[in-house]
Amino acid sequence: MGLNRRNFFKLVTAAGAAVAGSDGAAHAWQSRAPSDSVGCLVDLTRCIGCRKCEEACNRVNRLPPPDRAFEDLTLLDKKRRPDERTYTVVNRHVSGEIDARDQLVPTFVKLQCMHCQDPACASACIVGALTKKENGTVHYDVSKCIGCRYCMVACPFEIPAYEYHDPITPRVMKCTFCYERVHSENKLPGCAEICPVEAITFGRRSDLIDAARQRIKKNPGRYIDHVYGEKEVGGTSWIYLSGVSFERVGFNALPETPIPRLAESIQHALFSYLWSPIVLFGMLGGVMWASKDKRDRSGNGKKGGGQ
Amino acid sequence: MTHYAAPIKAKFWTPGVVVLAVLMAAGAAAIAARFIGGIGYVSNLTTARPWGLWIGVDVASGVALAAGGFTTAFLAHIIGRHYYEAVVRPALLTAVLGYTFVVLGLLVDIGRSWAIWKPMLYWNPTSVLFEVAMCVMLYLNVLYIEFLPIVVERFKGRVKLPGLLAVLNGPLDGLLKLADTVLPKIMWFFIIAGVVLSCMHQSSLGSLMLIAPTKLHPLWYTPMLPLLFLTSAIAVGYPMVVFEATLATTSLKLDGEMNILTPLTRVTLFLLGLYLALKVGDMVVRGTYVYLLDFTAQTNAFIIEVLFGVIVPWLMLLSPKLRRSRRALFIACTMIVGGVLVNRINVFVVGYRPPISEANYFPAIGEVLVTVGLIAALMFVYRFIVTYLPVLNKPEQEVSA
Repeated sequence: MGLNRRNFFKLVTAAGAAVAGSDGAAHAWQSRAPSDSVGCLVDLTRCIGCRKCEEACNRVNRLPPPDRAFEDLTLLDKKRRPDERTYTVVNRHVSGEIDARDQLVPTFVKLQCMHCQDPACASACIVGALTKKENGTVHYDVSKCIGCRYCMVACPFEIPAYEYHDPITPRVMKCTFCYERVHSENKLPGCAEICPVEAITFGRRSDLIDAARQRIKKNPGRYIDHVYGEKEVGGTSWIYLSGVSFERVGFNALPETPIPRLAESIQHALFSYLWSPIVLFGMLGGVMWASKDKRDRSGNGKKGGGQ
Repeated sequence: MTHYAAPIKAKFWTPGVVVLAVLMAAGAAAIAARFIGGIGYVSNLTTARPWGLWIGVDVASGVALAAGGFTTAFLAHIIGRHYYEAVVRPALLTAVLGYTFVVLGLLVDIGRSWAIWKPMLYWNPTSVLFEVAMCVMLYLNVLYIEFLPIVVERFKGRVKLPGLLAVLNGPLDGLLKLADTVLPKIMWFFIIAGVVLSCMHQSSLGSLMLIAPTKLHPLWYTPMLPLLFLTSAIAVGYPMVVFEATLATTSLKLDGEMNILTPLTRVTLFLLGLYLALKVGDMVVRGTYVYLLDFTAQTNAFIIEVLFGVIVPWLMLLSPKLRRSRRALFIACTMIVGGVLVNRINVFVVGYRPPISEANYFPAIGEVLVTVGLIAALMFVYRFIVTYLPVLNKPEQEVSA
């Protein structure tokens, strides 16, 4: 069994060394975020929960009509998530804060695709149907999609939804950042255009971060000192300002490391230029050749079952 | 030790095979429902839980449990341990069928089954899934080539097509004769390629979940996932051979082959021990043992996986007496196979908890029927092939007769 064990050991250590080596390679990982991406700043202290953005989104993206009218604000009694018929939803959170008349102050939170700077979905997508465009949009190309739903596994915001009830041509559904309107028609995204209280500001991402910092500086009592999306998962194109802790209004704490970094570093360390398969092929070929010799010498060579 | 594979001369439609056919029919009905009403019609998959039973069992476990194919090819053909030749063909058949059914399972699971060829055209090198898909596709072809000699051996010089097709007898036989001359000369390439491709995608199946650091429970989420997947796949290879050989030889009343299976599992002691050491070491280094007494579904599943899937069978294999007992060896190997199955289900389903929606998932009856139907179909085709092709060993008495 000596030879047997030794060779297995070689194989396993080779793989192990390669994985261990990825620690060093992790530093070589480069963000592929576009330098000049656009974004939206959502100011939660301004949002009044009118659901006009939901209505505009539905209209400009030609989504199916909703079950209940957009004017119906009782929908806010229940927490909702974006789904395959709705790219964006507004939820009402009650953080416990009370106003001068002892009334609970609600915080309204608009949810949609965050358009990450280094999107996990685009890194994961088997066919590259999801891509980060130059202007910052995370774009979905249905003509490439095979429906594996790995993007949905990867997304840290649980955003992409799926048309599970379409048997043959289901699509991944998520906010498009109104790519055609913004990129070709020079218009605002539907939601940002309609917002009656300027809770959604569209602009260059770097300018929006400066603007957010300015608002916090000018009004430190109104805001907490945190721009959600500035650093989370390496940065997102949609960023948020809030008067209460983000954790209390439905945001989850996320690492500052871009989500794809570890997986991409390991894949790169193991398979760049296909070095490891080539080395393994050579090693196994050598072992096979050597043991074939031995077999012939000892004269017990017998044509193998698979050969 | 001589080895002589031959078609099994046994009745095909036994009660067991009838049961398989019934399960297949139920699975076929569920698959039909999926292609009429959509994935949502037969499954409990949602936005937050896009992968469920089909990916955890049909795909991830299917690939892991087909590892007998490349581990026996390595043993018998690369390091030249011809003593184990007798288990190579059954393990190869298990791998051929295992991977074929992985692809069938994927066709049910992916939303646009007709687009499954698209990764060949649209490459995304950053995607772990892309690499896994390429390796699985290539390896499936390698497996079919490795299986060809068995078909050639059976039909060479014996092609007798009925009626009008008889004109093809000559050309077909010529083709088989050509294959018989060419295949042995080039087979070394495919045998090595099979092992290399297996190492690549067995490990990368683990890397798949590295993209979900906020979702996969820390007991499983580790940068070591690819190494753990590779070592567990290598470790489960021979126990899977024992599991499958014991079932096949018992149900077909063949020789139990203990003279091969007992020494085959000696190296499992080392391989499974290595996997256990890596797994426990990883837990200690990352300090995740703090979760062990949480008594949540996740931590309980982890304890069951490691205790009954790795530690207990490893201790059982330590005893040479138990290794020589057909029953005890079968139990130990079944536990190892079950341990890898539970591990893959844990990584892809149980340990996966989306933190925002905290959505739960339990497979729907439709999903279970598809999975059971596919496994039944795999066993049905295995039974069919060993009946007509020289895969399993002839019983000793017939060899001597």
